[in-house]
Amino acid sequence: MHELSITESLVSAVLEQVDGEIKAVTVVIGRLSGVVPDSVRFCFDVCTRGTRLEGAVLEILEPAGRAICRSCDEVTDVADGIPLCSCGSVDLDVVGGRELSVKHVEVVV
Amino acid sequence: MCATCGCAGDGVTIVAMHDHDHPHDHDHDHPHPHDHAHPHDHAHPHPVVADPPTAVVTLEQDLLAKNDLLAARNRGWFEGRGILALNLMSSPGSGKTSLLERTIRDLSAEVEVSVVEGDQETLLDAERIRATGCRVVQINTGSGCHLDAEMLASGLRTLAPPSQSVVFIENVGNLVCPALFDLGEQRRVVVMSVTEGADKPLKYPHMFRTADLLVLNKLDLLPYVDFDVEQCLAYARQIRPELPALTVSATRGDGLDGWYDWLRGQLPQRDV
Repeated sequence: MHELSITESLVSAVLEQVDGEIKAVTVVIGRLSGVVPDSVRFCFDVCTRGTRLEGAVLEILEPAGRAICRSCDEVTDVADGIPLCSCGSVDLDVVGGRELSVKHVEVVV
Repeated sequence: MCATCGCAGDGVTIVAMHDHDHPHDHDHDHPHPHDHAHPHDHAHPHPVVADPPTAVVTLEQDLLAKNDLLAARNRGWFEGRGILALNLMSSPGSGKTSLLERTIRDLSAEVEVSVVEGDQETLLDAERIRATGCRVVQINTGSGCHLDAEMLASGLRTLAPPSQSVVFIENVGNLVCPALFDLGEQRRVVVMSVTEGADKPLKYPHMFRTADLLVLNKLDLLPYVDFDVEQCLAYARQIRPELPALTVSATRGDGLDGWYDWLRGQLPQRDV
């Protein structure tokens, strides 16, 4: 359950940097990041309780995995943690899907 | 451990292992989430009000930024002291502690070694390491499933490893969560054993993708189990093509010379 530590980081990062009432938080969790969005949703409810983030909407963007094959330079989609090019190579440079960040928050002005 | 959510933030204990038997618990000043939200039900209707105007504030901050910053601090701390720090990760029971016990005994004349032990509970591993005569600190993560850079920094303050030494960090036995948390180590070593499935690298790709070395342990048990070493290494290199691998038996001693040579190769160049 590393999602718990990660969600705690999310909550503290937002609370440290944003004042006032927060309506929504948008985070990016790439499909190859090793973090389960549903677990983050569950942890978010727990971690925000009693904070200014309690009740805020959590929106999660889940960019797909993308990789460039080092053998044939093809860009390929990566569905899971095991990149494989259609040319048969497993030597791929993953260029998308590992994102793990808080993108923006919506605050009452 | 936090009673609200079981979060690990305030459940971490760090215990220095002394020759005499006085474990010390350290309290940490972590905030607690409070579980007493007070919803109030009202029997009367509220007038409908328009949603207040809102604005979007861009943050674009990595969620592991805090850990990564502390990890960078740890890395600088090690480098400034000429310390080689290695993060040992594996599933529970792969033989990390046995490998460390043997390594400490075999290399003690050559280089000073100290150990940070990570487990959810107990001092058992730290006691085993302590018996080798090396300095060791136990971090109990409580409900936590991995060490993070902050826990390591606290552990290092207690451990106080000498300059020009080696620090082994034995992470919590878990092939999932430790992969995501940089501790500030110079190298990450994944330990597997032949009593596990050869397909572990495919099942836990994050762990193997970030590894600098794969140590396949319990080679002495190979005659008794159905384990294809070559297939396992092929799976591991499907995840990380250049991953170096060593096959060893920490109990019988097979392959340990290769492990020690690899360790010597990682030591920082000393000033002459």
